[in-house]
Amino acid sequence: MPSKKREKDLNIFEKLYIPEIAKGMALTLKNMFRPNVTLQYPEVKFEPPASYRGRPVLVQENNGVERCVACGLCSRVCPALAIEVQASETDLEKERYPVKFEINMLRCIFCGFCEEVCPEEAIVMSKDYELVFKNRKDAIFGKDKLLVPIENLKDRLEFLRKFK
Amino acid sequence: MNIWEIIIISLIKILIIVVLMLLSVAYLVYFERKISAWVQNRVGPNRVGWLGLLQPFADVFKLLLKEDIVPDAANKPLHTLAPFIALFVSFATYAVIPIGPPIEVFGYKINLVVADVNIGVLYVFALTSLGVYGITFAGWSSGSKYSLLGGIRSSAQMISYEVSMGFSIAGVLLMSQSLSPMKIVESQYGWMWNAIVQPIGFITFVVSAFAETNRLPFDLPEAEPELVGGYHTEYSSFKFAGFFLAEYANMIIASGMIVTLYLGGWQVPYIDKLGLSTTLTTIIQVAAFLFKMGALLFFFIWVRWSIPRFRYDQLMNLGWKVMFPLALANLIWVALLIMIFNL
Repeated sequence: MPSKKREKDLNIFEKLYIPEIAKGMALTLKNMFRPNVTLQYPEVKFEPPASYRGRPVLVQENNGVERCVACGLCSRVCPALAIEVQASETDLEKERYPVKFEINMLRCIFCGFCEEVCPEEAIVMSKDYELVFKNRKDAIFGKDKLLVPIENLKDRLEFLRKFK
Repeated sequence: MNIWEIIIISLIKILIIVVLMLLSVAYLVYFERKISAWVQNRVGPNRVGWLGLLQPFADVFKLLLKEDIVPDAANKPLHTLAPFIALFVSFATYAVIPIGPPIEVFGYKINLVVADVNIGVLYVFALTSLGVYGITFAGWSSGSKYSLLGGIRSSAQMISYEVSMGFSIAGVLLMSQSLSPMKIVESQYGWMWNAIVQPIGFITFVVSAFAETNRLPFDLPEAEPELVGGYHTEYSSFKFAGFFLAEYANMIIASGMIVTLYLGGWQVPYIDKLGLSTTLTTIIQVAAFLFKMGALLFFFIWVRWSIPRFRYDQLMNLGWKVMFPLALANLIWVALLIMIFNL
């Protein structure tokens, strides 16, 4: 491996730093003609990959019923205490369902612990990163804002099966 | 021409030059942002107006509407005066740079320069020395240690590089035997541009021009990671806009001077051999001048985003121990040329 030149080994032309300066300027000039990598947001939105941890959502099966059985594990493991669940009985096979499921998006830190601990794969981190509220009450997302049909979450569920 | 005609023609010239300078300075900011974006593989401002061309107006509005904060420990008269000195110097210097050859309009023979004084180069130097005052006042009167350090460093840097600038110009003066910018441009006919006849002087002058305008790689006095903004830390709103515009106006002046003294001004080599009409020749020559200035401004911006910054002691070392001897060597070279070729 060639050793680096030390300062006393530079010849007189190199000591003027002119070749280095010229090389640097040629590089910047070359970069001017390369395509740029800017996304024109908001006309073009960024599509995150499947492993992206966006906002947590409840999985809604094809018959309109959520997968959640209101076990309360996600609310217990949440480090920011953002989730509140209230269980109740139902006549379906799963026997329990959440009558109230609220995530306070102002407390949520998007860590993904709720998704990791859920035994039913009922809550997953989606790809949604655009959250805007106008007051604090609007930031508490109930079941209506959290339910997402399973069709839209297929790549996240597949990622969870393969890697977690 | 009687006195009224002279006054009116001068007023028209002044109006054109001031408007053009203000627009150029504003758009130079826009071009700097665009070119720096292209160098860094991004796009730069493109939202305000088509391709972002109205961005300078947005910038100026923003700066004008901000709150004007003056620190308690500041010396208020000097604090207010400093940006105006800087602005005045930048705009007043442009009065002696010729844009083109003398033209005939409606029977009046006018020079395309606002003030055709025959000591034009000396006038430019006097004004740039005054420009140091603007920065010194700013640094001292802000009452803050960062500003003081920045102001002192900047003044020392500007004064050091003025020495080598002056000696490079002495080489030009030996060749053209006149201090008037019009005569200096006229003496560079054909291919005898001063940049080719005195290359060392050209390099010394360009490097000194970079240092005079506090542009990278010599911008330690105002570099943000080093000094939080140096001498213009404590300025806000219109006064900051004043310094900001003055820096870009200084860049335009420096480019104008380099083109006039070294790159042949408005001369295009051998254009009289083409036999075109005088108006067309004049238009081509004026366009050539503007093109050369634009190319130099692009060079200024290109260097800014390519080269790392000099440390302060390296900067002063370069100014006194390298540029000054080179400028003296250039003087000897020009004297030798004149002696050998009996110019």
